[in-house]
Amino acid sequence: MSSTQQVLAIEPGAPVRPRRPSRHRHLHGSEFAWAIAFVVPYAAVFLALVIYPAAYGLWMAREPSLYRDLVADPLYVRTVVNTVLFVGLGVNVKMFLALLLSGFFMRRRWWIRALLPVYILPWAIPAIPAFVSFHWMLIGEEGLVDSALSALFGIRGPIWFSDRWLALGSNISAYIWKWMPFWTLTFLAGRMAIPHDIYEAADVDGAGRCARFAHVIFPLLGNLYLVCTLLSTLWTVGDFTTVYLVSEGAPAYSTDVLATLGIHYAFDAAQPSLGVAAVLSALPALIPIVIILMRTVQTRKVQL
Amino acid sequence: MSVARSFGSPVLRPRHRLRRFLAEVASVILGVALLIWSLAPVYNMLLVALDRDEGDIEFEGLIWPPDPSLHSFQAVLTQGYWLVEDFWRQFGNSFFIGLMTMALTVLTGSLASFALSRMRLSNGALLLNAPLLTYAIPSSFLVIPFARLMASYGLSNTLWAIIAANVTFATPYAILILQQYATLIPIELDEAARMDGASPVQVYRRIYLPLMTPALAAVGTYALLLAWNEYLYQYVMLSSTRNMTVAVAIAQFFNSDEAPWNYMMATAIIYSLPPIVIFYALRRYMAEGLTRGALKG
Repeated sequence: MSSTQQVLAIEPGAPVRPRRPSRHRHLHGSEFAWAIAFVVPYAAVFLALVIYPAAYGLWMAREPSLYRDLVADPLYVRTVVNTVLFVGLGVNVKMFLALLLSGFFMRRRWWIRALLPVYILPWAIPAIPAFVSFHWMLIGEEGLVDSALSALFGIRGPIWFSDRWLALGSNISAYIWKWMPFWTLTFLAGRMAIPHDIYEAADVDGAGRCARFAHVIFPLLGNLYLVCTLLSTLWTVGDFTTVYLVSEGAPAYSTDVLATLGIHYAFDAAQPSLGVAAVLSALPALIPIVIILMRTVQTRKVQL
Repeated sequence: MSVARSFGSPVLRPRHRLRRFLAEVASVILGVALLIWSLAPVYNMLLVALDRDEGDIEFEGLIWPPDPSLHSFQAVLTQGYWLVEDFWRQFGNSFFIGLMTMALTVLTGSLASFALSRMRLSNGALLLNAPLLTYAIPSSFLVIPFARLMASYGLSNTLWAIIAANVTFATPYAILILQQYATLIPIELDEAARMDGASPVQVYRRIYLPLMTPALAAVGTYALLLAWNEYLYQYVMLSSTRNMTVAVAIAQFFNSDEAPWNYMMATAIIYSLPPIVIFYALRRYMAEGLTRGALKG
């Protein structure tokens, strides 16, 4: 049994193996000095580029009146709704589809294998050209989508960026297009590490596709799925590029998310404190996510 | 019951054959849908870039280029238009940022994860995962104080400010992946080397780095793609055309009155090529390094 299989065989419910006592628990002398020296570069980056600017940002946004201004701004309230929709739908739809598609790419057909490198292409294409292209595809009657609709089916397509919900949907679609391949690859490797006997056992027991997914694959990949979803949620809250380039906040700032609104306040409206406060207001939602993430990674480590 | 089923399966009854056929049809349809989904924006880039006319393009109802021409690629590569007149320099800037981000992320990430997990600097949960705290702070929040700090250091219009930001956001994930991957390497190897009198630096160079190659390649590619995808920090901090990157230059077209969109798309396509080449060259490592780490557990 390889170590990977061993790890996968341990279920969340199984008793956690106690941590192996470390043989040199207390480093001393030159050993300790070396360990410190190795950590110093990253510690310097962390202190100078995370802690210090974050503290500075908190100090910039210390005035309670800023938050009163924010809540009073109807733009802000709508932006919070957009952010919840963009992150909630974007991340979860993307992750769930990635999990399902990783099963599709497990099939042993030559053309499915050939399709995989094409399917991964969006991840390799940089975000800026990709989202500019999305903007261009949906720009209206001249865009590729509406052109194709009228040329192939004779339908007059909608003006995508003049309706709030269509524009929001466009942003979410572009986001899913760009990032789904990365997570599909992660889940694909996760499935590949599941020993084949487990599938066969499920087959013999007469489990159908759905039953196999619900009772075999999902429990085994659950931890991986959770960690990936949490990480992705954190990254997506800070995502500026998608909304800025695809819908550009159109129509009339109604599809902005906190990231683009914060930058808009800070650099276009020259109110940096308000911009910081706008993005900062996501912090109460982000801190629990980070804590769950750190705990999950930690308990997984113990199981190793 | 299960025995009967498994005996029965080699002889396919018509109902099974129909189900297999339907499953096959469904997967072909899904495959075609995925192909269109993945390639449509790429095709759209080509469609616009291959147009001969500068300036406004009327594509109403057109789904293939009316008069394909490579003129726009030529104009970009020879810097034959004022919006692309610094193209090669900007391309070099993007490369510099990408490669430095990659090198520094691999270096700081591997040093830190070596000390934390192999030398057991700490058994505490907190220190081991502290880098992940970075992700509690959205990058779009950090950019505002970050830009002010860089301005006060006199670094606001330099490539190093961008590299610093990229390393900040790439390293926590790098440390996570490296630590997970390092659990595949028995700690006894390190201990045996220490017994033989190897210094920590030697263990790091002779044992840790060679055995971690797949994970290091994966993390390096990840950092490079992150740098190539990054736009916000470059947009906020790089203002002069000489110091701009291609990403900012592409977005500049939107601010121009008479933007030649075919040049913009040609620039975008050329800008996309290096990461695609690097990515496919390192794909094997990527899949192994990123996911075996993520999986372990």
